[in-house]
Amino acid sequence: MQALSLAVHIPLVCFGVAFPAMVLYMEGLYVRTGDPLYKVIAKRWSKVMLILFAVGAVTGTILSFELGLLWPEFMERFGEVFGMAFALEGVAFFLEAIFIAIYVYGWDRISPRAHLLTGIPVVIAGFTGSLMVIGVNGWMNDPGGFELDSDGNVTGVNPFAAFVNSNVWHEWVHMYLAGFLVAGFIVAGVYAFSWLRGHRDRFRQVAMVVPLTFACLAAPIQVVVGDWAGRTVAEEQPTKLAAFEGLEQTTRGADLRLGGIMIGDEIYGSVSIPDGLSLLAHHDPNAEVEGLNAVPADERPPVPVVRNAFQVMIGIGTGLALLAVVYLVTAVRRGRPPRSKWFYIAVVAAGPAALVALIAGWIVTEVGRQPWIVYRVMRVSEAVTGAEGIPVGYATLALVYAALAVIVLYLLRRLAHRPIELEAESAARGVDDGSG
Amino acid sequence: MALAELNAAVLLLGLTAYAVLGGADFGAGFWDLTAGGARRGARLRGMVKNAMGPVWEANHVWLIFVLVVFWTAFPRAFGPVMQTLYVPLYLAGVGIIFRGAAFALRGEAATIVEARLLGGAFALASVAVPFFLGAVVGAVASGQVPAEGAGDAWESWTGPFPLYIGVLTVGAGAYIAAVFLAGDSVRVGQEDLARAFRWRALAAALVTGVLAIAGLFVARSQARGLYDGLTSGGGVVAVVVSALAGVVALALVWREHYEPARYASAVAVAATVAGWGLAQRPDFLPGALSLDEAAAGRPTQIAILVSMGIALLILAPSLWLLFRLTLAGRLDTDFHPIAAADRRDEP
Repeated sequence: MQALSLAVHIPLVCFGVAFPAMVLYMEGLYVRTGDPLYKVIAKRWSKVMLILFAVGAVTGTILSFELGLLWPEFMERFGEVFGMAFALEGVAFFLEAIFIAIYVYGWDRISPRAHLLTGIPVVIAGFTGSLMVIGVNGWMNDPGGFELDSDGNVTGVNPFAAFVNSNVWHEWVHMYLAGFLVAGFIVAGVYAFSWLRGHRDRFRQVAMVVPLTFACLAAPIQVVVGDWAGRTVAEEQPTKLAAFEGLEQTTRGADLRLGGIMIGDEIYGSVSIPDGLSLLAHHDPNAEVEGLNAVPADERPPVPVVRNAFQVMIGIGTGLALLAVVYLVTAVRRGRPPRSKWFYIAVVAAGPAALVALIAGWIVTEVGRQPWIVYRVMRVSEAVTGAEGIPVGYATLALVYAALAVIVLYLLRRLAHRPIELEAESAARGVDDGSG
Repeated sequence: MALAELNAAVLLLGLTAYAVLGGADFGAGFWDLTAGGARRGARLRGMVKNAMGPVWEANHVWLIFVLVVFWTAFPRAFGPVMQTLYVPLYLAGVGIIFRGAAFALRGEAATIVEARLLGGAFALASVAVPFFLGAVVGAVASGQVPAEGAGDAWESWTGPFPLYIGVLTVGAGAYIAAVFLAGDSVRVGQEDLARAFRWRALAAALVTGVLAIAGLFVARSQARGLYDGLTSGGGVVAVVVSALAGVVALALVWREHYEPARYASAVAVAATVAGWGLAQRPDFLPGALSLDEAAAGRPTQIAILVSMGIALLILAPSLWLLFRLTLAGRLDTDFHPIAAADRRDEP
C-alpha cells in the first residue's frame, strides 16, 4: 500500500521539485525581455504547478498517515531517530505551500519583480525538502545516530548524526536531477507531440525548448552521479550491489553483465564486459566485489526484481543522456533544436521513459534493501502492522488513486487545449491561437 | 520533566492552528454542502472557493506538521494510536484525498456533471474528515488507546464520546468558517453573502455552544478523567476562557464586526484544545502512558524544540505575508458564483 502511494507521489514530487525552477526561468525571461509570450507560458504552467502541488500535498499526507498505519512498530522504535528530518521537510513543505499560493494567485497583482521573488522560496523549499526526505531514506540504508542496548531498545539518539549518513548526498543529488529529468522530459514531450501534429508556432517552440534544456543538462550529469551512487552502494551495501548485478559469488575482477533479463537464477541475453564490474564499482579492474554468498540466504533481496529494475534504469538513463547530447550539440552548433521528426518522437518517448526509469530506480533502492527496513537492524516483517482489513484498504486506495489520475489527466488536457488568449488577452496578440 | 511538556505544547499549538485554520476550510466545505440547489447556492459556493483558494494548502500543512512532531517527539504513543485507530484515520485519509483533489480540480470543471461530481466530493469529504479526526481525538482523550499493542479497532472510536467529539469538531469548523466567510464577503463587497454567513455563524454558534455544554455531561459519564481535569485547576481556566471568547465572538458577529470576531473565535477554539491538554496532563494516553513515557529521548526533544524555533523565524513572516496579502484582498480572484453550468476562466 505504501508502495502504491509512493508510486503515485514520486512523480508528483518531481514536478514539485523541478517544475517551479522552469516556471521561474520562464518568468525571468519575461521580466528581462518583456516578451509577453514568456509570461503566457509561465502563467499557464504555474496553474498546472498548483494543481499538481495540491494533489502532491494530499498524497504526501496519506504517506505520513501510512507510515503510522502500516509500520507502527518501525515508527515507535525509530521515529525519534529520523523524525527530525521529516519535521524539517514539513517546514520546507509549509514554505512551498505558502509561496506557491502567493505566486499563483499573485499574477498581475504584485509588481513583476516582486512576483518573481515570491517564486524563489518555492524553488528553495523544493530543494531542501527533497534533501530531508532523502535523508530518511539514506538513513534506512545506512542507519546511524543511535545505539541499541542489549534488549534491542534504541538509546543514545543523535538526530543530526542519523541524518548525515553516507547515502544522503548521492541519493539526494540523484533524486533532485531525476526530478528535472522527469518533469523536463514530460513537459517537453507534451509540446513535441503537439509539434508532430503540425502545431509549429513559437509558443510551442519556446515551451518545449526550456524544459528540454533543463532535462538535457541534467541527463549527462545524472550518469556521473549514478556512478558515484553505485560506488557508494558498493562500499556500504555490497549485498545490494551484488543484487544489482545478479552476482552470485564474491569475485576478484568481476565481469559486468550488461542488459538482458534475469529469470530465476539465470541471466539471459546479456553482454559481458571482462572486469567491468570491478572497474565500475571500485575503479580498479582487479578489485574484489562481494557476491550474494557473503550473507545468508534469508538476508538477500529478491535478486531478479532488483537486477532487472537496475538494468531498466541504466538503459533508459543512458538513452536519455544520448538524446541530451544530440540535443545539446545541435543547439550549441546550430542555435536551434534538431529538426528531424525522429528527434521529436524521441522527446515524446523520453517523458514516459524517464518516469519508468524513476520508478525502476526507486525499486532498485527499496527492494534492494530487502529484507531490511532499517539496513541490518530491523526487518520489514518486524515493522509491519498486524491490522486486519489491509486488503480492503489497499483496494479502495487503488481505486481512489486510479480515479484521481484519470481526472487529473483529463483536466490537464483540457487546460492545455484552452485557447491561449483567455489567459492573457493583452499578451497573446500575434500568437497563433493554438486551439488544437 | 519539562522538556516533554514543551514538546507537547508544540504539538498542541500545531493542533490548534490546524483546528482553527484547517477547521475553517472544512467548515467552508460544510456550507458548500448545505448551500442548496445549483442556482440558489451558486454565489455562496463562489465565495467559498474564493476564500479558500490561496490559503487552504498552507492550512492543510498544519496536519502534516502535527503528524511529524507527533511521531518524532512521542514515538511511544504514536505506535499504539495508529494501531488502534487505523479505521477512522484511514477514512480521514481517503477523505483528505477527495477534499484536496476535488477542490483543486473544481476550478477546471467545465460541465454540469463534472462540477457536481467534484463539488459534491469536496463538500462531503469536508464534513467527513473533521468528523473522523475528531473521533480520533475523542478516542484518545477518553482513554481508549492502550499503551501496548492495539485497542479494539471499532469499539475504541464508536462510543458516544468519540462520536460526540467528531460532531463537535464539524460544528466548530462550520462556525469558524461562517465567521471567516462573513468577513471575506464584506471585503469583496458582497453584502448579501455577508448577511447569509452572519446568520449561519449565529446558528452554528448556538448549536456548537449547546453541544459544548452538553459535552460536559457526556464527558462526565464517558470520560470521567477528562471531566475531572476540565473542572479543576488549569482546565477550568481554559473552559472559562473558551466560553468567554465564544460569547465575545458571538456578540461581535451580531454587531457585524467580523474582523475582530475572527480572532475571538480562534481564541475560543485554542482554549478548548489547551483545555484538553491541561485536563489530561501529565498523561499522553489517559490512564495508559504519561508524557514522559511517550516521549523520545532528550537529544531528539531538544532538536525538535530548536528546529521548531528556527522554523518559526522563517515561517512566521511567511505566513504573515500570506495572510496579510489575503486579508488585504491582494490575492482575491474576481468573484464568480459557482453555478454548475457556467465555465469560469479566472485570471
